[in-house]
Amino acid sequence: MTKKNFTNAEKGWERGVIASKIANDLPHASYVNLGIGMPELVSQHIKDDREIIYHSENGLLGMGPTPNENEIDFDLINAGKKPVTILPGGSFCHHADSFSMIRGGHIDYCVLGAMEVSMNGDLANWSTGKGIPAVGGAMDLVAGAKNVFVMTQHLTKEGKPKLVEKCTLPLTGSGVVSRVYTDYAIIDITKEGFKIVEINENLSIEYLQTVTEGRVYQ
Amino acid sequence: MQINKIKKEIAEMLSDVFDGATIMVGGFGEAGSPIELLHGLIDHGAKDLTIIANNSGNGRVGLGALIGQKQVKKVICSFARSAKGITFQELYNKGEIELEVVPQGTLAERIRAAGSGIPAFYTATAVGTPLAIGKEEKIFNGKKYILEEALNADFALIKADVSDRYGNLTFKKTARNFNPIMCMAAKQSLIQVRKLIEPHQTNPENVITPGIFVKKIIEIDNPIIETNAIEEGMIYP
Repeated sequence: MTKKNFTNAEKGWERGVIASKIANDLPHASYVNLGIGMPELVSQHIKDDREIIYHSENGLLGMGPTPNENEIDFDLINAGKKPVTILPGGSFCHHADSFSMIRGGHIDYCVLGAMEVSMNGDLANWSTGKGIPAVGGAMDLVAGAKNVFVMTQHLTKEGKPKLVEKCTLPLTGSGVVSRVYTDYAIIDITKEGFKIVEINENLSIEYLQTVTEGRVYQ
Repeated sequence: MQINKIKKEIAEMLSDVFDGATIMVGGFGEAGSPIELLHGLIDHGAKDLTIIANNSGNGRVGLGALIGQKQVKKVICSFARSAKGITFQELYNKGEIELEVVPQGTLAERIRAAGSGIPAFYTATAVGTPLAIGKEEKIFNGKKYILEEALNADFALIKADVSDRYGNLTFKKTARNFNPIMCMAAKQSLIQVRKLIEPHQTNPENVITPGIFVKKIIEIDNPIIETNAIEEGMIYP
């Protein structure tokens, strides 16, 4: 597989569309942790037929949306250190209990961003190898959550494939990703390679293969 | 004679701190960060400190200020990067401060373990990553784990919401975070609280950290809010 730069890459689904596809795959009554950044959009697309409970690593279960400006409390923040709210039925706990929810396998789904995902489900999303190394809770989430979903653009800003045969960046976890949602496709990690669950209606499998390192199949 | 852990002066709170001490600092970002005690530590002047915290401070307030004063030789934390984290970034780039990166849940569990008399434990977190290098591996039920050791400390600087003179603590919202487990892990946990109450006013059902884990308490009724202090241009000292 050639390492090309796809500078004139095809336009894929908008972020909101990817978020709504993930939202549709989260079952009613799931306990979910959404990573900082793009994954946070998922909560805006949950349909009325289900209730999802959001966990934030810093000891908050039952996290609600961003507060109005006059309701901001810097003692009520999320894992990204941004002010949030707590919903009725929510609770606070200390950090060891909060991470027991993750490491003890109680979180049903986590949705995280990615720099690279490999064919065997390795994830690299915490370090480019440059600057101050900072990991936060990412390694705990991928090791502990029952299902690890990745939400990402299919290509990097430079036009390089993020789905690769083998990660080159420092790993967050090994063999941990179950499903990847990109602007081009929804892909399951299987023993046979990247299995297409759904492909963007404007793209061909041949095109998807050219922008993916490693075998894609349907 | 009655037990009374309440102190009047921050200097009394920090009177046993020594050069080279390992100090846990509670808080997650600014929520639950004991800014007044950290400023007291700057005034105290102890050097060569090892700091255990989730982050590495913002601006020149609280932990950011302590690091800026070059009183810290090493930081053990999960996330030492932040847009406003100027002092750590500067010293790190110059190679003047050490950093041990620990996954956040492993950090919490290493602290909890220390407070519970558990010297080490196995975890799946970080298996197969650069943070597992040099750590003992063991397989349980077909799955690989690494050995992580407890993190003990000489002191913990903690912000709580309410306490009585025994040190029965409650915390506010997500300002709880690392604070209760750090109280358990340090030889001396030093607590700043927003409000002191009488023991009969403490509801035993609501106590988060029982007084056995608390050494000294001081009331700081209107603590500095980091975001506002940085916006206002505060620089300590």
